[in-house]
Amino acid sequence: MSIVTVQLGQCGNQIGFEVFDALFNDSHCPRGLCSKRENEAYQASCKERFFSEEENGVLVARAVLVDMEPKVINQTLSKAAHSGLWKYGQHSCFCQKQGSGNNWAYGYSVHGPRHEESIMNLIRKEVEKCDSLSGFFIIMSMAGGTGSGLGAFVTQNLQDQYSSALKMNQIIWPYGNGEVIVQNYNSILTLSHLYRSSDALLVHENDAVHKICAKLMNIKQISFCDINQVLAHQLGSVFQPTYSGEGSFHYRRNPLGDLMENLVPHPEFKMLGVRNIPQMSENSLAYSTFTWAGLLKHLRQMLISNAKMEEGIDWQVRPPLSGLPPLGNMSVNKETRFNTSIANLVILRGKDVHSADVGAFKDPALYTSWLEPVHAFSVWKTQRAFRKYEKSAALVSNSQSLVKPLDMIVGKAWNMFASRAYLHQYTKFGIEEEDFLDSFMLLEQVIASYCNL
Amino acid sequence: MTQSVVVQVGQCGNQIGCCFWDLALREHAAVNKKGIYDEAISSFFRNVDTRVVGDGGNISKGKICSLKARAVLIDMEEGVVNEILQGPLRDVFDSKQLITDISGSGNNWAVGHKVFGSLYQEKILEKLRKSAEHCDCLQCFFIIHSMGGGTGSGLGTFLLKVLEDEFPEVYRFVTSIYPSGEDDVITSPYNSILAMKELNEHADCVLPIDNQSLFDIISKIDLMVNSGKLGAAIKPNSLVTSSTGVFKKRQEKPFDAMNNIVANLLLNLTSSARFEGSLNMDLNEISMNLVPFPQLHYLVSSLTPLYTLADVNIPPRRLDQMFSDAFSKDHQLIRADPRHCLYLACALMVRGNVQISDLRRNIERLKPSLQFVSWNQEGWKTSLCSVPPVGHSHSLLALANNTCVKPTFIELRERFIKLYKKKAHLHHYLQIEGMEESCFTEAVSSLSALIQEYNQLDATKSMPVEDLPRLNVAM
Repeated sequence: MSIVTVQLGQCGNQIGFEVFDALFNDSHCPRGLCSKRENEAYQASCKERFFSEEENGVLVARAVLVDMEPKVINQTLSKAAHSGLWKYGQHSCFCQKQGSGNNWAYGYSVHGPRHEESIMNLIRKEVEKCDSLSGFFIIMSMAGGTGSGLGAFVTQNLQDQYSSALKMNQIIWPYGNGEVIVQNYNSILTLSHLYRSSDALLVHENDAVHKICAKLMNIKQISFCDINQVLAHQLGSVFQPTYSGEGSFHYRRNPLGDLMENLVPHPEFKMLGVRNIPQMSENSLAYSTFTWAGLLKHLRQMLISNAKMEEGIDWQVRPPLSGLPPLGNMSVNKETRFNTSIANLVILRGKDVHSADVGAFKDPALYTSWLEPVHAFSVWKTQRAFRKYEKSAALVSNSQSLVKPLDMIVGKAWNMFASRAYLHQYTKFGIEEEDFLDSFMLLEQVIASYCNL
Repeated sequence: MTQSVVVQVGQCGNQIGCCFWDLALREHAAVNKKGIYDEAISSFFRNVDTRVVGDGGNISKGKICSLKARAVLIDMEEGVVNEILQGPLRDVFDSKQLITDISGSGNNWAVGHKVFGSLYQEKILEKLRKSAEHCDCLQCFFIIHSMGGGTGSGLGTFLLKVLEDEFPEVYRFVTSIYPSGEDDVITSPYNSILAMKELNEHADCVLPIDNQSLFDIISKIDLMVNSGKLGAAIKPNSLVTSSTGVFKKRQEKPFDAMNNIVANLLLNLTSSARFEGSLNMDLNEISMNLVPFPQLHYLVSSLTPLYTLADVNIPPRRLDQMFSDAFSKDHQLIRADPRHCLYLACALMVRGNVQISDLRRNIERLKPSLQFVSWNQEGWKTSLCSVPPVGHSHSLLALANNTCVKPTFIELRERFIKLYKKKAHLHHYLQIEGMEESCFTEAVSSLSALIQEYNQLDATKSMPVEDLPRLNVAM
């Protein structure tokens, strides 16, 4: 089954390019650490999901590119075509002349309705090229105007027009310390709308990825390109084909469906995060060896201590003793608290993957009480290695780890809202104070729900 | 991509405008080596086939034939505009884009606003509509004028109302030259205050600039060049003041060099909208992020490093120095000290080989020494444009919505009151039809209200920042 990607705004398009590039490069990576036949099956599966093919064999990404001004899309198209091996469809773009001005209201209320028909037509064309549709992967940022506002509008439309297809939104959380001044307003409006219309929100925080670049990848002058490439690597390790079951020889057919089934058991809890191990520069990779035991131990501790990368993990944090009641409700203000999960999915790729023991993830103490670990935890193991990593593990989790960042955003937005600053920019385009209040209510509810796990 | 139209009004406005077009042409010539008319150039220039008579000559793609500035030149005296039309830029302007008169406004806002306003309203509308028609997607009007005289001040602000009515969706960015303390025009306080009311009510964003600050900056550059310590040498190709390309030591006020600073400001302001980068910032984002309340739309600007404003080849100092300088009071284009006042919002527009980590590192470093209003503690808007200014590796434009503009306004009001109390020169204004004393009193109370807004914000400066109680949700 195929996934149709919708790339929105500058961020969405810049990241989208890196994702397709990473997927393509990985599937054509010579060092698969598996048999030729298996490698070919992997490639075929990846292709079915993400690419269609032209007569001359060039792969075309199953993607629709949307932006309200032309510069970024032009760049994205030419970068892809430059590789000569894959590209975007030349008619898969929708572009306007004037951007959204970092204004969620403009993206949602003006650009949305104005361009609804054109954008949905483009998406429909892409969907028609698929034999069978698994769902949509929408890449957008929260801070700006197009990705956030138009992204929310498009997601709502997808829910109306493709009610049986799944939607996963890849959302980029901006740096806490301002890229855009009104980013907190744009964020709460985006999150509250997506919570109602999307099936899952896969979140990446710029701050966290930036630290990975600095500490693990050792990049001195970090650019957005570096950040996007790390992000693409993480997404690739989640979305590339995996086996459908223990001892199975077929790759999973419905990636989005399987992800949702495992990770979103309840509609109140939709926020997912990704952790990846190991993550390092290619130079260091050549000199490193790993064991599954080591990788999994680190990954588990990253999860429970809410670390976003494998350096600086707090090993003091432990799960509460089983059988005892949980240690009180989680308070957002406590420093390193135990991170309770609702559901976890571990994806292992590489050498001797079947020997990897994930028992420690099945500990009921990691999870909230209303789900059995057998329902809360899944593992997918695949022999075929990912990129140049002999062994790699990804963890997609639905846990409390996003509560603190969410709470901060809501807090800052609330403070600004109380002073009524910038509101005239939103009311100008039909987003009133009640819309803001509705968004605050919904998100406070989400925060409370996650805290009470 | 969008287009912008520059409306230059009065002597000052046209002189600055002329510098702007010179720099813009040279920037695009340096960046666009193949001579293809692309979207970046089209933001400020039309491509015209000069063989075609009349209006049909617009060429939208392909090789550059003849570039025409998207500009409207207005002056009530002929001297400056005539000089432009005889100078090296004569082919860049369409003769149909001009509105001139002979007699001038006599440094009288009322003459500019009321007399010439009504006289030329139709013609102005016609020219503006024409220039708008030539645009695919018009986003912004840049108005350049001075506040102290008669034409720029009076007719320039009359324009704002016309633009607001005729093109309500198009942004109005006004670059206003405020009179310095030792201004030689006696009535400049009257003209400025009357103009301020219009700016308060009809502009989207105002970039106040004063001549004294520009002069101080030029003197600093002069010092850098002539001190000989840093091994400075005259640069052949970069953008500078006059087309002669040589930066001479000047005795009198070097208006040419000063005007170029303002021209550079406009160029850098629009660079992220015209050229690519990893974090673009369009013009509508400036208003969105930097104007938290409609009346507080005055932005203090600074351009660093200074040597990007000169033709000189000074070895680049540390990148971080560029960021530090942006907040120093010596680098602001108006006399203001943002460091010691309260920030409502701040934008950093970087050009050249600078990455997000450099930007973030400097924000972290400088943040503790700056005071932001309680509800906008992280009030930073940033942009990265990959194309540096010609001949340099990087540059930074900082735009601050900061209470440090308040002293300028207070001083202006004081000078006004001094004159008004004595009723000096008032009759020149009152004899104009449509002018009454109430115009003056209304203008000064509009300014007082604005000053009061800034006062209220300043009062919150030393208060501790507390988080407000949040909404309680039932579980």
